[in-house]
Amino acid sequence: MGLRLVLVTGRTLEQAAGMHKGKCSEEYRAAVSRGEIAPENLAALSLAEGGAALLRTEHGTAEVRLFSAELPAGLLFLPLGPFANALVGDATEGTGMPSFKGIPVEVEPL
Amino acid sequence: MTERTEHVTCTFCGCLCDDITVEHEDGRISSVSRACPNGRAHFLDYASEPSLPRIRGEEASWKEALAEAARILKASRSPLLYGLSSASTEAIRKAVSLADRLGAFVDSTSSVCHGPTGLAMQAVGEPTCTLGEVRSRADLLLFWGCNPAASHPRHFARYSTAAKGRFVPEGRKGRTVIFVDVRLTPGARGADLFLRVDPGCDFEVLTTLRALVREKPLREQEGTCVGGVSLAVLRDVATRLKSCRYGVAFMGMGLTMTRGRDVNVAELFRLVAELNAYTRFSVIPLRGHGNVTGADQVLTWQSGFPFAVSYARGYPRYGPGEFTAVDLLRRGDADAALILASDPAAHFPSRAAACLASIPTVVLDPEESLTARGATVWLPTGKAGIDAPGSAYRMDGVPLRLRPFLPPRRPSDEEILGRLLEEVTP
Repeated sequence: MGLRLVLVTGRTLEQAAGMHKGKCSEEYRAAVSRGEIAPENLAALSLAEGGAALLRTEHGTAEVRLFSAELPAGLLFLPLGPFANALVGDATEGTGMPSFKGIPVEVEPL
Repeated sequence: MTERTEHVTCTFCGCLCDDITVEHEDGRISSVSRACPNGRAHFLDYASEPSLPRIRGEEASWKEALAEAARILKASRSPLLYGLSSASTEAIRKAVSLADRLGAFVDSTSSVCHGPTGLAMQAVGEPTCTLGEVRSRADLLLFWGCNPAASHPRHFARYSTAAKGRFVPEGRKGRTVIFVDVRLTPGARGADLFLRVDPGCDFEVLTTLRALVREKPLREQEGTCVGGVSLAVLRDVATRLKSCRYGVAFMGMGLTMTRGRDVNVAELFRLVAELNAYTRFSVIPLRGHGNVTGADQVLTWQSGFPFAVSYARGYPRYGPGEFTAVDLLRRGDADAALILASDPAAHFPSRAAACLASIPTVVLDPEESLTARGATVWLPTGKAGIDAPGSAYRMDGVPLRLRPFLPPRRPSDEEILGRLLEEVTP
């Protein structure tokens, strides 16, 4: 069963550390494909910690691993990077800035 | 023999910590002390050995690579110069001259970072101060939509919450710390007060705070909430903001990347400006790249505008949403790009990154970033502050002279941009 959540992308220390190792490194890939959601959302998806899920927005799709975190129900946090970029649109509402936060996202367990 | 250099400036983020001690031997950095994890990696993962440029992935001489780069730029009818923010102020100045000479678009990473903050500054003004004043005087710190624990790990200890200052000798105990965010970030865990705002509702909360600060009558019932925060809590925050001795707000991508963008930031700037009727209050945007503030400064000196500039008509024009990199790429308006010290292939929305991959690119970067890997010409330059000279602006607008400590074995960005400028000049 899928869920409709709100995607927020952002910085993490692990993403930065992976970046220093090189953006083709396994550390970077692991850091930027690590999504976080509220424990009740993870349970609703019938996913174990680190379970694979498909994220779909109107702009694209990405396969990530989901972990529970202290987040409000309904929110999905994903570090910035190539996985998040696939889900973000390029419209900027006349500012130059795409919407990297607050994107409606459908989540399906894989 | 191992050499030890003190008071080195780290240019990874806008904190520009200038108290780093580095040990190095034969051009390799062996140890770094006082730096955060990001700063340590900034120094330790850098190889200063000379590296040959690449043309379409194949090694080439500097002469061949510069000739190919100049050919791409001269053949372009509509080039884009993008990035700037991790280069030295002097290199950025050369890049803007090159954009002027080419009749190019020039845009910095600000446009996908604090570009909306620039728009808010132009609309409202910037009630600001230096980080030295924050450290010495601030007894209330308001962090809105930002996560310094991940983005600027030494900010708390060096400049803000935990720093012991002249008029705040007790450090953390002498300061009230308020965090506002859609999620409880690691930094927010140590706050005196955390306000969890519903995603996309920052403007509503800010405008309500402005009304409460100005004691406007509000229609309310018991339990009334605005953007997920109870009015009673907002009333308490408004009282704290007005009654502090010296307040400072820090803000980040939580305001600029979400619905409302510049309008959110302008509302925070208005709140801060209005608080000066009651006490002293300032705001400082938490700038990410080491010299992104310098990119805004140089572009403003040279063109009058902080980002999103077009020299296509022979004089500078300003166009956020039109001359900003993501918009130019989406519309297919750039037919070649020079990328200086940034990695848009890794950080732009996928469609914009795909557009960038479809045009010829010249990339100046010390590291082989994703953008450098896909470049038509990659020019591996030195790193400002390690083996290249120059200066950088801290997030509060204070310029610092960088003190390179390794012998220069690679050409600097400034040198390469100067040579490209000569090559494209008729």
